[in-house]
Amino acid sequence: MAKLEAGQRWRSSVCETEVIVITAGDAEITLTCGGAPMIDAAEGVATGGAVSTDAAQGTQLGKRYVDAAGSAELLCTKPGEGSLAIDGAPLQLKGAKPLPSSD
Amino acid sequence: MMLLEMAASGHGDRVAISCGGNSLTCAELYAAAGRNALRVSEGNASRVAFLDVSGPAFPIALFSAAWAGIPFAPLNYRLTGGELDRLLAAVAPCFLVTDEARASAISERPELDAISARAFFAAGQSGPQRETPWNMDSEEIAVLLFTSGTTGPPKAAVLRHKHLVSYILSTVEFGVAEASDAALVSVPPYHVAGVASILSSIYAGRRIVQLPNFSAEAWLALAQKERITHAFVVPTMLARIVERLEEAAACDLSPLRSLSYGGGKMPQSVIERAMERLPHTDFTNAYGLTETSSTLSLLSPDDHRNAFANSDPAVRRRLASVGRPIPGIEIEIRDEAGRPLAAGERGEITVRGEQVSGEYLGHDRRTGEQGWFPTRDGGFLDEDGYLFVDGRIDDIIVRGGENLSPGEIEDVLLAHAAVADCAVVGLPDEQWGEAVAAVIVLREHGDASPELLQDWVREHLRSSRTPERIEFRRELPYNETGKLLRRQVRALLRGETE
Repeated sequence: MAKLEAGQRWRSSVCETEVIVITAGDAEITLTCGGAPMIDAAEGVATGGAVSTDAAQGTQLGKRYVDAAGSAELLCTKPGEGSLAIDGAPLQLKGAKPLPSSD
Repeated sequence: MMLLEMAASGHGDRVAISCGGNSLTCAELYAAAGRNALRVSEGNASRVAFLDVSGPAFPIALFSAAWAGIPFAPLNYRLTGGELDRLLAAVAPCFLVTDEARASAISERPELDAISARAFFAAGQSGPQRETPWNMDSEEIAVLLFTSGTTGPPKAAVLRHKHLVSYILSTVEFGVAEASDAALVSVPPYHVAGVASILSSIYAGRRIVQLPNFSAEAWLALAQKERITHAFVVPTMLARIVERLEEAAACDLSPLRSLSYGGGKMPQSVIERAMERLPHTDFTNAYGLTETSSTLSLLSPDDHRNAFANSDPAVRRRLASVGRPIPGIEIEIRDEAGRPLAAGERGEITVRGEQVSGEYLGHDRRTGEQGWFPTRDGGFLDEDGYLFVDGRIDDIIVRGGENLSPGEIEDVLLAHAAVADCAVVGLPDEQWGEAVAAVIVLREHGDASPELLQDWVREHLRSSRTPERIEFRRELPYNETGKLLRRQVRALLRGETE
């Protein structure tokens, strides 16, 4: 269990996936990738388990992932084979709404 | 670095930068940053400073500093003598990327490991790379940008990796650019927009075309030649571009989809003329500060078109607004006691968000309770949440996107033997946003012409700081506690103009 914080980076323990937290809810949650809990990217290294077959749709570089309530948003900074979930509920790919270019 | 690594793996074969005859793909830029990170960390440098016009060495220096885990400090290449020495002292010991002449002149100084931008670029093209990965700590300082303070020497705004990354991730979609997109960057490296434009374009996968020395002619020629689709300009640049377009109609800017502007107050007549000349271009007004990692609010292309087409003065005047906050940014207008004000009431623009730093090197953080940062800009929000900026609450003069400190110019004028007292203020100016004006009180038996005092300032500072207008008075307005009433000085000067 952990509370997400904007700017935090997480790494999958079973695949190459890495994410950065864009927005975070207040609740304590369990963030998983490939069915296994993710680890703080600044600390741990992948432990080498296997991606669970029911969480293997993969992550795509640069895409945003959100929970159903829209309270948490993650951005994929390295793609991998596992798929993301919070408290067991798979995260959904978020449609992009680009802002006009400002610089 | 995370942003560049994503770009190198997601669209590594896209051209990231082109300038003159040189170009680098995202993957080549990544490799060059790794090689030069090795070179940068060989000595005892605590910063990587960049003192040159923009060129491909600029993004390499930016990213190699990040990879080496030390702050990047772009310095104003227009500075001279003592002003420049003070900045170099503030960033030493440093690895300094600069022009050929300065690189050889500075080579004697042990605290500055100087290399020419050309040699630095060349060094990035081959050789071993730094193998250690970059520091992932987002709390580390990414960039130091020197801003003109209200008094005294410039101070450095601190932008940490977390601020810049937050700004990019909340404003740009990864890889969103089309393969033919090209962004023309004409702001200098030491401006926050110069840094932000590099990060935004690389993350979006948009080719950056650099224009080292702006002129309207060069800008238009390059925009045509490179089939530029996106560009950012400060108001002074847009005014000149529009003038040039009005003089010489034969200029094909049809690929130009997006033109954004910011860095100072845009005269309404200039933006209206620009929209007439470029009806197919989307205009975006971006308002932000160095201390907020660039853009805080945007007046969108649709807002521009709606305001432009509308005869209702309340809607039409939105052309003079800086729009609404970007995602992740909250804006409040507050009174002097820090209380939030209602729509339409003027006060200090106060902002909050992950990208807001509000921190200066060697000073206390200026963000107050709960992360709110007082910008020292005055303004108001209208009923629909559109922000209008009145100008600095302090008396900084913003001329052509450059912040000028009146105190600095006054000190130079006061050093002249004929000058007893003086006041320097900004006056509204169509071309520069603000123009520098001075009111002088001469000493008894003192004698000096405006021209003579202009030459005096130009000798000691630089031409942008030279008062365009000088008036003589027998005394200046002060309040009872001896504080100069700048507002009265401005009113006095404006009264004469009208």
